[in-house]
Amino acid sequence: MKLGILTRPADRRVLDDDRHTRAMRWIMAVMLLLTVLAAALGLGMRGAAQSLDRQLAGRLTVQIVEADARVRETHAAAALARLRAMGEVASAKAVDRAALAELLRPWLGADGVDPDLPMPALIDVDLADASPAAIRRVDAAITRITPAAHVDRHQRWMSPVSRFMDTLVWLAVGLVVLMAGATAAVVILAARAGLEAHRETIEVLHMMGSTDIQVARLFQRRIALDTLAGGIVGTVVAAAIIALVGWRIAALGSDLLGGVALGAGDWIVLVALPFAFALLALGAARVAVLVALGKRL
Amino acid sequence: MANIVQFENVGLRYGTGPETLSDVSFTLEAGAFYFLTGTSGAGKTSLLRLLYLAQRPSRGIIRLFGEDAVTLPRRRLPGFRRRIGVVFQDFRLVSHLSAYDNIALPLRIAGVPEPDIDTPVREMLAWVGLSDRIEARPPTLSGGEQQRVAIARAVIGRPEILVADEPTGNVDPDMAERLLHLFDSLNRLGTTLVVATHDLHLISRISGAKMMRLDKGRLNDPTGALRFPPRRDET
Repeated sequence: MKLGILTRPADRRVLDDDRHTRAMRWIMAVMLLLTVLAAALGLGMRGAAQSLDRQLAGRLTVQIVEADARVRETHAAAALARLRAMGEVASAKAVDRAALAELLRPWLGADGVDPDLPMPALIDVDLADASPAAIRRVDAAITRITPAAHVDRHQRWMSPVSRFMDTLVWLAVGLVVLMAGATAAVVILAARAGLEAHRETIEVLHMMGSTDIQVARLFQRRIALDTLAGGIVGTVVAAAIIALVGWRIAALGSDLLGGVALGAGDWIVLVALPFAFALLALGAARVAVLVALGKRL
Repeated sequence: MANIVQFENVGLRYGTGPETLSDVSFTLEAGAFYFLTGTSGAGKTSLLRLLYLAQRPSRGIIRLFGEDAVTLPRRRLPGFRRRIGVVFQDFRLVSHLSAYDNIALPLRIAGVPEPDIDTPVREMLAWVGLSDRIEARPPTLSGGEQQRVAIARAVIGRPEILVADEPTGNVDPDMAERLLHLFDSLNRLGTTLVVATHDLHLISRISGAKMMRLDKGRLNDPTGALRFPPRRDET
């Protein structure tokens, strides 16, 4: 009798096939299906949050609110020149009036294009350095040109969304941990039931000089393989569901939801889950059997 | 001959019930053949369970292979058990394994490499006359055949002591005779035998065997000297 899963075929025959223990494969399939879906939600949300951060963290809009058009344009030009001269700024571009009118069209209708309507001057800024210190320096430089200037960080507008995404990520982590705990509990129950079902065989093995670890190996191998087999089935079904949802999201064409897509690294994590759960089952079965046998002579 | 087993004032009580064994004291010499006899319920099986370390005594001292078996740590029990072969009264064969795999079990437990298992198992099957039932599973074997598989399993690891609990209880007289010859030949190879039996006729067949008699949990003949004729209540 040897260590771990790599036991001899003859050793594997010592415990007979028990239909009841085979039910565990289906339980594990369901557990892994739910776990992989939860993990995919977490990984997708993490990816989307990171994508949002990348898009928004280095972007600012400078707004110059001035009723006098000439003064506003003078300040806007000075601000644009100043921004382009700053090392912290990668690029700065004035938003032209036509684009502004287009933005306001849903609220103002065709009147938005009236040249007499005072509208703030806007400058879109992409930062080379998105640190808070750099943003403070940009803010100070602009307000020195005119106190009527206002710097908006795009990240601030989206922070509630970002926080919600972070919450979803942590919720997914919690679900995965919960499923791992439930899997361990199922394994412990299955191992105890298996010990009871094979009590006579185990007693004979003990009387012939079998150690507790040798007996534990018989159970841990079987339970780990059942978990792996069920886990692979659950993961394949979950992958199909994830692919279907991904296809539907792509069809929506939403920038925000598009960020939820899983990367190659995320898929590797998902594929690794049944193997990780099999290892978890192996350890839980070993501990459960050793503890139970330790109470016998 | 050296003593291989020593019991001193051993008592055994299950739960809070009365003592099943009381003040049992005896020694077993290495290489000797012992019969343990007594009426049903006298405590033979309990004594054997103490001997093959399936049970710890409630009191007293048991020395096995020169070591205190009462306080022996649990982790050391497998090593001791591998030196003791057991033929259970109800055989306790693993029902889903073939005769071959049942007999091979002790070798596999001891970590013998698979290529080194086949020859001794086939030899053992031939020794007990079951070469033609190699793949048969216990439910398809007769009582006598199961008994022989159980004996082959008990002796394949060349134990220093072989303990057999009523090994002829489930077989016809011819088979009982045959099994006894198996035990005798094993004893001649140096194995110490302890055979619990009701069958006093059987005892008379082994010359030089010693007898211990249990009566209501007490050993009446701890010297182990073969004594005949048997008491009237044992016949």
